[in-house]
Amino acid sequence: MNKSKHPGQAKEKAMQVVFAACACIAIIAVFLICIFLFANGLPGMAKIGFGKFLTGTIWRPANNLYGILPMIVASIEVTIGALIIGIVIGVLTAIFLAFFCPEPLYKVLKPGINLLAGIPSVVYGFFGLQVIVPMIRNSAGGAGLSMLAACIILGIMILPTIITMSETALRAVPTSYYEGALGLGSTHERSVFRVVVPAAKSGIFAGIILGVGRAIGETMAVIMIAGNQAVMPHSLFAGVRTMTANIVLEMGYATDLHRQALIATAVVLFVFILIINICFSIVKNKGDKQ
Amino acid sequence: MKDYTKNSTEKLHGRGEAAALKAIVWIAGIATMAILIFLVLYILINGLPHLKPSLFSIHYNSQNVSLFPAMINTLTMVGLSLLFAGPIGIFSAVYLAEYAKRGSKFVAFIRLTSETLTGIPSIIFGIFGMLMFVDALHMGYSLLAGALTLALMILPVIMRATEEALHAVPDSYREGSFGLGAGKLRTIFKVVLPSAAPGILAGVILGIGRVVGETAALIYTAGTVAQIPKNIMGSGRTLAVHMYSLWTEGMNVDQSYATAVILLVVVIILNFISDAIAKRVNKVNE
Repeated sequence: MNKSKHPGQAKEKAMQVVFAACACIAIIAVFLICIFLFANGLPGMAKIGFGKFLTGTIWRPANNLYGILPMIVASIEVTIGALIIGIVIGVLTAIFLAFFCPEPLYKVLKPGINLLAGIPSVVYGFFGLQVIVPMIRNSAGGAGLSMLAACIILGIMILPTIITMSETALRAVPTSYYEGALGLGSTHERSVFRVVVPAAKSGIFAGIILGVGRAIGETMAVIMIAGNQAVMPHSLFAGVRTMTANIVLEMGYATDLHRQALIATAVVLFVFILIINICFSIVKNKGDKQ
Repeated sequence: MKDYTKNSTEKLHGRGEAAALKAIVWIAGIATMAILIFLVLYILINGLPHLKPSLFSIHYNSQNVSLFPAMINTLTMVGLSLLFAGPIGIFSAVYLAEYAKRGSKFVAFIRLTSETLTGIPSIIFGIFGMLMFVDALHMGYSLLAGALTLALMILPVIMRATEEALHAVPDSYREGSFGLGAGKLRTIFKVVLPSAAPGILAGVILGIGRVVGETAALIYTAGTVAQIPKNIMGSGRTLAVHMYSLWTEGMNVDQSYATAVILLVVVIILNFISDAIAKRVNKVNE
């Protein structure tokens, strides 16, 4: 068969080019994001001084003091707090779903977890403001708008990510592992915890890394409940301001160097995210190879 | 391979350990369930009484904090961002699944960038949208700038769902179509894409969910004006941005509850639809 005589040949070729061009848009988007962020953020950072910007502990735009260390520390600490909640409840819930959950309960719980993933972050923030913040205010005193409130809400927000990824990883472990452990005389529980969970660890770890990315990048929920004081975090019950919150809170009225400093804050956050993404790819590829 | 047998000599034995482990996972499962139920019921119970007809009046003012303009803006935003991300996402996936050589460097690179896009937080998209669409392209705060920003956010979601759906279409369909004399393009549009439609739709619905719930990427791209703009070059707030704005304005807790209910119900409906589609797809594949 001579293909070149096909009447739609030109159209075929043209559409193939269109498809390929569309596929390139994802690449172009990532490049543009990098270029725009770095081109707009780095000059400001240079003007302030990289050292002063990254390690300065005072953020006072009115006095031209732009140190974002308090925000970096706050972002990291809030993320760690969220991870503690997210990992403990999340991984155990994934194990529950994969090996212990009765069928009727699974049919309710699984869509429920998908729902948790879909709830908008402003709604989480509002829920935190109405429920978690007063709870902390009443039991620990203070304003209640605190790092602890942010940790709790973020912990809940990353649950679906960790649960879904971990459950998938647990289910991907060949049943022969589990059966082998049973055959050697261990109980159902022991087989799951000592054989299946260790075998799924890279998938679970990948889910946790995704959770880190989600927690450190979360903006709206944190803004509403963390108090937003731009000072070094000193207590779980004190207000903190994350990098994300810093950007949104001040971008509306910032000009000149102040504005550049906020874009530079976004650049720092972006670098954190890129590092997390790379870690995720490495762990995931390792898991796929196994 | 690790030696798992040595575990049996450890201190905890048989039933005590088993019961403890079982208890722990049940507690975790119940905790997740409890969080979910509490959150949903809390919003519904507190919000439903505040859903008054006056909230749906066509104009927003300080006496009547109507959320109707925000609803219309949300619909516009969904439509516009799908208009961009839908065709581009589906076509990209067609290229990846139907044309590109499996395992080629180019394909791997596209996957890597699309995964990178997935991992970028919405505030970064927001800042990028502000720098590129609002400032560099002089769109100003506008629904269009917001929609373009969100289109980039949901692009990888639609790409991925479509690609998976295309891979699930059996090769025999393609061969049958080729055998009947159809060209590649015709096969894709008349045979492959229609059979993959439910999976693609599931991806589109996921994308809609993200657009509806998005705030951080919109504040500095689409802006926070609480009216329906005359055209897509005007600024307008979506429901999620409306909720944030109510918070910054420092009052209107009742209206926030009402908005939260609407957002929650939309998300529940979208999840329900995508679950139903997923079930159908699984049945067909079995």
